[in-house]
Amino acid sequence: MSRETAVKSHPLDPLLRADRLPHIWCPGCGLGSIMACLSSAIAASSIPAEKHVIVSGIGCTGRVAGYMKLDSFHTTHGRAIPFATGLKLANPELEVTVVSGDGDLFAIGGNHFIHAARRNIDINVVCVNNFNYGMTGGQAGPTTPVGARTSTTPQGATEPTFNLPLLAATLGAVFVARWTSLHVRQLEKAMSRVMEKDGFSFIEVLSPCPVGFGKSNDIGDGLDEMSMYRRNGVVSHDADLTEAGIDMKHDSPIVLGNFRDVERPALGVRQ
Amino acid sequence: MTTAAPAAHVLTGQHFMNGDLACAEGALAAGCTFFAGYPITPSTEIAERLARRLPEIGGTYIQMEDELASMAAILGASWTGVKAMTATSGPGFTLMMENIGLGMMTETPCVVVDVQRGGPSTGLPTLVSQADVMQAKWGSHGDYEPIAYAPASPQEMFDYTIKAFNAAERYRLPVFVLADEAVGHMTERVTIPEPSEIVLAERRRPDLPPGDGWLPYGVGNDLVPAMARAGDGYAIHVTGLTHDERGYPVVESQVHERMVRRISRKVQMHAPQICEYEKIMTDDAHVIVIAYGSTARAARSAVLAAREKGIRAGMLRLITLWPFPAGAIKDLANVVRRFVVAEVNLGQVAREVERYTRSPVNWVNHAGGTMLTPEAILRGIVQVKP
Ligand SMILES: Cc1ncc(C[n+]2csc(CCOP(=O)(O)OP(=O)(O)O)c2C)c(N)n1
Ligand code: SF4
Ligand SMILES: [Mg+2]
Repeated sequence: MSRETAVKSHPLDPLLRADRLPHIWCPGCGLGSIMACLSSAIAASSIPAEKHVIVSGIGCTGRVAGYMKLDSFHTTHGRAIPFATGLKLANPELEVTVVSGDGDLFAIGGNHFIHAARRNIDINVVCVNNFNYGMTGGQAGPTTPVGARTSTTPQGATEPTFNLPLLAATLGAVFVARWTSLHVRQLEKAMSRVMEKDGFSFIEVLSPCPVGFGKSNDIGDGLDEMSMYRRNGVVSHDADLTEAGIDMKHDSPIVLGNFRDVERPALGVRQ
Repeated sequence: MTTAAPAAHVLTGQHFMNGDLACAEGALAAGCTFFAGYPITPSTEIAERLARRLPEIGGTYIQMEDELASMAAILGASWTGVKAMTATSGPGFTLMMENIGLGMMTETPCVVVDVQRGGPSTGLPTLVSQADVMQAKWGSHGDYEPIAYAPASPQEMFDYTIKAFNAAERYRLPVFVLADEAVGHMTERVTIPEPSEIVLAERRRPDLPPGDGWLPYGVGNDLVPAMARAGDGYAIHVTGLTHDERGYPVVESQVHERMVRRISRKVQMHAPQICEYEKIMTDDAHVIVIAYGSTARAARSAVLAAREKGIRAGMLRLITLWPFPAGAIKDLANVVRRFVVAEVNLGQVAREVERYTRSPVNWVNHAGGTMLTPEAILRGIVQVKP
């Protein structure tokens, strides 16, 4: 967090650690509403709360684990998925959800993602994609759009990015979705779906990081980025994922939806 | 808390097996039901044995994508309440350091077996070394006190894998079995006792039900917190960040000081119970050979040969390398004239020994690839520099 600002109050939620609030996220950050969706999905789930486990890596998104009043593990940078794999295989009764950032899951942790998807380990992975490394002050990462200015791409990013839903689907994830921190109802429903579903499920959630990304890229603050999601968001559940890359240009569509929901023999499934 | 070994897991009887297989059997006898690893010579036989044996007893074997993942997976597994292990060699041990640090910080019991081979880097994949001793102590960043055992025979690979699990459960940390290629690949008689004769330690569980204010990192006199399992309703938060008794991250130097000192102290204060060594003919000795692991076997022959020459030689065989048996060395330093430290690395333990004595210490070593011969060690005994 380049600028930490405390939020004074938070809706009372039995699944949040009230004694840890206020949280450390910046004003306009999308993480609060994404965490609220996750809490609602867990509260609505048929699996008792004590069997839900949250595992995070490191980053602003990684802090989600620490605010949830559940068994929660804040691990090392990139290693949330293998840690979650150990939890789930050793006790398949647990409902294990990984919540982490784009850099955590796809840069340093990319190898674990591809193998977990291949194995079809029965965990849910929620990637909060804010197009940068928020925690360390807005550096470029594997989802930073070409041309975007970050603290380490002062002339604009030049490397091609991952198209995360395409990547996950290609690797064999049994559920693949993309929503944004604006689409809270759809996001919550997708989260509920993956909690009921066996196998490796993946949800990408686009989320404003005004401090690390929005302001330096002509998008503005958190609300401006949310308006952009509203303006440019195109819900298309059967979109051609090869066409679903994101460049965050003002006139480019942002393809959203529950793209894939299939069955495949999974590992670590509760009996 | 202690229990007896689970009968179905223990292959009671006399066996002829190599050290790696004995290690795998030791893990099973200790109640290990989870193994995550990545193949690497000279430890692979441990994984292969467990890939066959764990499913037989209802346990889990998984081959991960690398050692970063293997270490992360056993930590995750441990938080469900199971006993978990991984096995590797130098290059993999290096990758594990990241999550060994997480294990130290979050106080997660598990066992890491490192069957040492020649390094640095890919080094000598199939040949012996003892050059990971200091990596076991200092390999991950930050301050912590590890526990590491150096078995010297296939029998000890069995016995000390069990002890490693017991120490991990008792003191809540990743515990190392610092084996070496020679011990891992040598085949000897291994006696596996009756399950009732194998005493196992089990981690302490919370003494309060969920919701009654139990503190996940609260401690009593032994400085070791009780440990809840994921799924039991305690809503624990476990983080690699500096944390308080609740397990909550705190950015304060006093909390950091208290936490880091405690995770070191909990091992240091139990060092008398943890430290193991063997004294051979030390009573009247003038010169003491210090050796460990496979090198201790050659050192024993060298000491006997020295005695035949009329030299009053004795031996201190180190079994725990960490915590370092400093007391034993200080005691001997008061009565003997000189030390010889024999090891297959360029002086990692010799340098440590020098911290505890003013007597001359002769370093007898080479970089790896072959065991030290008894003759080389004998020369070291005879030609100890003044
Ligand atoms: C091994 C390691 N390398 C680097 C870091 C520093 N670091 C902390 S968070 C982070 C990036 C986080 O980015 P992302 O996963 O996208 O999460 P965000 O903060 O954007 O939510 C980095 C590089 C670290 N903690 N550990
Ligand atoms: S992701 Fe961005 S906006 Fe959110 S807390 Fe981190 S730096 Fe602030
Ligand atoms: Mg990010």
